[in-house]
Amino acid sequence: MTHCEVCHEREAVVHLTEGEGNQARTLHLCSRCAVERGAAIDAGTVGMPLAAFLAAMGGGGVMLASAGAQSVHCPACDATLGDFQASGRLGCPTCWTTFERSLRELLRRIHGAARHVGGRPADGDVVEGGGSAVSQQVERLRAGLAAAIREERFEEAAVLRDRLHTLTEEAEGE
Amino acid sequence: MSEHPRAGGELPWLDGSGPESNLVVSTRVRLARNLAETPFWGRNTALHREGVLRSVMGAAEGTTGLAGASLVRVDTLSRTERLWFHERHLISRDLAGLDAVGRVRSAAAFLAAGAGPSVMLNEEDHLRLQAFRSGFALSAAHADVALVEAELGARLSFAFHPEFGYLTSCPTNVGTGLRASVLIHLPALVMTREVGKVLRGLGQVGLTHRGLSGEGSGLLGNLFQLSNQTTLGKSESELLDHLARLVQQVMEYEERARTVLRRDAPTALDDQVWRAWGLLRHARALGFEEAVSLLSAVRLGVGMGILPAMEMATLNRLLVLAQPAHVAQAVGTGLEDETLPAHRATLVRRQLEGKEEGG
Repeated sequence: MTHCEVCHEREAVVHLTEGEGNQARTLHLCSRCAVERGAAIDAGTVGMPLAAFLAAMGGGGVMLASAGAQSVHCPACDATLGDFQASGRLGCPTCWTTFERSLRELLRRIHGAARHVGGRPADGDVVEGGGSAVSQQVERLRAGLAAAIREERFEEAAVLRDRLHTLTEEAEGE
Repeated sequence: MSEHPRAGGELPWLDGSGPESNLVVSTRVRLARNLAETPFWGRNTALHREGVLRSVMGAAEGTTGLAGASLVRVDTLSRTERLWFHERHLISRDLAGLDAVGRVRSAAAFLAAGAGPSVMLNEEDHLRLQAFRSGFALSAAHADVALVEAELGARLSFAFHPEFGYLTSCPTNVGTGLRASVLIHLPALVMTREVGKVLRGLGQVGLTHRGLSGEGSGLLGNLFQLSNQTTLGKSESELLDHLARLVQQVMEYEERARTVLRRDAPTALDDQVWRAWGLLRHARALGFEEAVSLLSAVRLGVGMGILPAMEMATLNRLLVLAQPAHVAQAVGTGLEDETLPAHRATLVRRQLEGKEEGG
């Protein structure tokens, strides 16, 4: 859970990108602090269940979101659920947080799950020099190698083994 | 196209050297990634898209997976050139601007070096990384693309949500962002009319299927693209394992259908295969769909030992080389040229010359 950057207590549910000149910064705020800060979001609508668009993509009956839900704008790109409903595409990464409750429902319908269990970025968002990226590569190659052996694809396994070998040697050499 | 000789110029993934090449033409694994803090396609501007190009180009320098890769700006190419790259599966129809409206978005591009993994830029997602392999080689194709992803991920900040995983423009790609697909040849299942049942069954267990180039009925040349339907809630290796198991099953069904054909209709089968061979070797004009359909019968004939053994590479490459933009480019003419079918027939004859004595 990301904590609110103002009160440091409640969960950040509003992610506000503010720009000044060429600089943009994202503030992670709880709903109360967001309203206090004057973010154009009404506390009553933050995190409200918005189910409007689910049906179209999930194949169920058509449901319409309340007018209030439809009027929530993504603080980063200004997109609304209505925009998503019309295009089937989110506006930006922040939309995923802004509309996360509705999306969770939709994801269950599409994928039968709403939680990611696969690979993650290496520690930290940006890793200069790629140190931890190498260990991630090694991990992925190992997984690929195990799968190739399990599936009795020995030619692929040999290729993967060689890469793994090269990569670990390079890492040790650094 | 001559300016980018290394950009996807080779087609080793069609060389028929991979596992199960008798039935599986090629394997593709793609990963969808987006840059954090940057609007997705549809809400981004030309400036954002140029920024994506710059960031990714900068990050690609110094990687091993994209060493020597060149950037091809799709938005500067002619329609024939765009179609040519699409025919090689380097760019989607969408990125190539090949739909009815035929407009290419600004900063549409791709990054490719030789036959290695490539990256579509400013497609529906900022980055669509993909790797191709000959035959049925899911793990290897994934390893190829995962390596490039890890290298770029170490230099770029990808949009990632702790709960939803890698964020994508469309919710159908979120999580792993992984779409693995296998191009499989199922002529006997089509002939025995079993294919519909098999494909419907796959739909119920999380697989989707498409026709040869990702569109149409799926009956072009009896080639089907089988891929995972979901991207979230399973790890990359679980998704690949699931697909691999199902593809294995489909291959068994195809083999069974071939046994049935051999037992119940050997003469009709022989005749169909040899007629296809005769037409490909002697026709003076061939449409693309006709050529692919004949190649399918020849492929079946080779696989079942009806025709003398020949390299699958020749048949696989023709699937690409006989396409409109490839024929047009090879003879230096345009897509509207009415003599394309004649040129295609010549190209096919040349490629197959002497093959029947070779076995």
